[in-house]
Amino acid sequence: MNKVADLAEETRDGETVVRLSGSLAIACLGELPNRLDALQPPLAAIDLTNVDHMDTIGAWTVHRTARRLQAEIICASDDCRRLIDAVGGLDEPVPIRPDHVHPLRRVVGQIGEAVSNSGATLVGLVGFFGATLVACWSVIRHPSRFRINAVVQRFEVVGVSALGIIGLMSFLIGIVIAQQGSVQLRQFGMEMLTINLVGRLTFRELGVLMTAIMVAGRSGSAFAAQLGTMKLTEEVDAMRTIGVSPMEALVLPRTLAVVVMMPLLAFYASIVAIIGGGFLCAVALEIPPITFVQRLREVVPIHDLWVGLIKAPVFGIIIALSGCFQGLQVKANAEEVGLRTTAAVVQAIFLVIVIDAFFAVFFTWVGWN
Amino acid sequence: MSEEEIREAEERRVDEAIESGDIAIKVRGLKNSFGNQVVHEGLDLDVRKGEILGVVGGSGTGKSVLMRSIIGLQMPDEGEVCVFGESMVGRSDDEALSIRKRWGVLFQGGALFSTLTVAENVEVPIREYYPNIGAELRDEIAAYKIRMTGLPTEAGPKYPSELSGGMKKRAGLARALALDPDLLFLDEPTAGLDPIGAAAFDEMTRKLQQTLGLTVFLITHDLDTLYSICDRVAVLADKKVTAVGTIDELLATDHPWIQEYFNGPRGRAATAAVAREKDKAGQVPSDGRR
Repeated sequence: MNKVADLAEETRDGETVVRLSGSLAIACLGELPNRLDALQPPLAAIDLTNVDHMDTIGAWTVHRTARRLQAEIICASDDCRRLIDAVGGLDEPVPIRPDHVHPLRRVVGQIGEAVSNSGATLVGLVGFFGATLVACWSVIRHPSRFRINAVVQRFEVVGVSALGIIGLMSFLIGIVIAQQGSVQLRQFGMEMLTINLVGRLTFRELGVLMTAIMVAGRSGSAFAAQLGTMKLTEEVDAMRTIGVSPMEALVLPRTLAVVVMMPLLAFYASIVAIIGGGFLCAVALEIPPITFVQRLREVVPIHDLWVGLIKAPVFGIIIALSGCFQGLQVKANAEEVGLRTTAAVVQAIFLVIVIDAFFAVFFTWVGWN
Repeated sequence: MSEEEIREAEERRVDEAIESGDIAIKVRGLKNSFGNQVVHEGLDLDVRKGEILGVVGGSGTGKSVLMRSIIGLQMPDEGEVCVFGESMVGRSDDEALSIRKRWGVLFQGGALFSTLTVAENVEVPIREYYPNIGAELRDEIAAYKIRMTGLPTEAGPKYPSELSGGMKKRAGLARALALDPDLLFLDEPTAGLDPIGAAAFDEMTRKLQQTLGLTVFLITHDLDTLYSICDRVAVLADKKVTAVGTIDELLATDHPWIQEYFNGPRGRAATAAVAREKDKAGQVPSDGRR
């Protein structure tokens, strides 16, 4: 039954007639559409006597050729006639893609959109911060609404489960700083200064910064994806309908958890980084651990620790807010969850570094240097 | 005759039917399980060519799982699945390709590719299987398929996220029909549609089935769909197909779930509606039992 479709031109009573044969189904069409397209007018008729089977795609090819050349379709079997009439009745152009836009216009449009989006995001984020504070205040006024279980559970997810990876990362970073520092300082014969470098750098900057980046990647992204999915499945709307504020039930526990966990994780990261540095000093520079600790106590002022610990909760707020904010912005589809998650992490890390720069200037200004 | 003999006779009859090309899908001794939970066990089913077979069953009886095992998305633990006389179990994707071209599937939510427009969605199977079809013809094919499923022309360049639920289903159907399949799988096509939209969808399914000579495997909860367009209905219960037949035949069985299903308040309402239709058409209702 599945014979390859074929066509033959012949002349009847001085008029050109095309005779089609075989199976006009998509699998058997082969080159037939192109050959039909190559036909030139005038064409009187398309003869379907020898067509033994047809599907709508075959019917459409016949119909469009007949329409283009204004030819008559003759000798079609009932089945073929029905199909051709069915598709012929649907002959109306349908646009396939959205209208094409000039590239220059598109680029300008995209830049404009990006700028206005960034502005809107910043305003939205500030608004979101405000909303979180309001939620916080209302929970303080009604302590019974405080979701202690949710917060404690987040403590575990954000803090305890991160200990392994943050510890490993910090240990290695401590080693790298000590190693790179010692190579440079050896040129001046001041290898002992490696201890200053490791101690001050990790407490002031790297401990908290690397922790923030890791938490943004682990928890900020998770917040955005969780809330985004909840938004998609209308869980957030359901919550609101029942009278539970999503800000109190979802955002506040997460924010609190990150704000509380960040200083602890940052302190832990700094200590582990220092252990890493001390390890390298002991192995490669032959500085015994006891000397390392003693020297550390002499050269690292206590306010270095405060600098790190003051920055940590602020970074935590930024990470939690951008994660939750982006998650709750999800509207349309699953793809947006991915985009928003990426946005949450990028935004959090970017803002953390910007704020860190401000902190650096501020702490120098107050004399903690 | 003993039950064994009846069963053998039935087997023979089905085998003959397959040889003569009358059976589109044959499922034998299918077993599916997830962990400890057995969904199907010893499930047999035949779908005849050119019929609309409705598949019903309570939630969790594995209607969708059955469909997924037939189309090869779910590897059955045991059993045999033949589509157009070709065994599908244990086939590699490449080997199954020639059969895959002959069916179209409409998933529950439409399952449209979200980064492509509706028209581009319809073009995907054509582009994939028949790259020799020119772009212009492909666009035209997509156009009439879209019109065929009753979508307005403006729907063509829209993205799935811009469509309503009913339009998504129609667009999904247009994609399922892209290659003019012989066999169409519909997973709850009318779920989530308003009654008018659902009736229109039923009507369209029937019309397309008649025009294109389709075999339709239709999973549904919609009693109106069962009454209005299904030639036969298969009931999934107790991990297998408990009964297959026309609704009248099913009503004659005494399986509690079937009785509950068709004689519950909703079932009676649907029956009454069909009887009214038939009265209007000047016919005597064929169902004289109740």
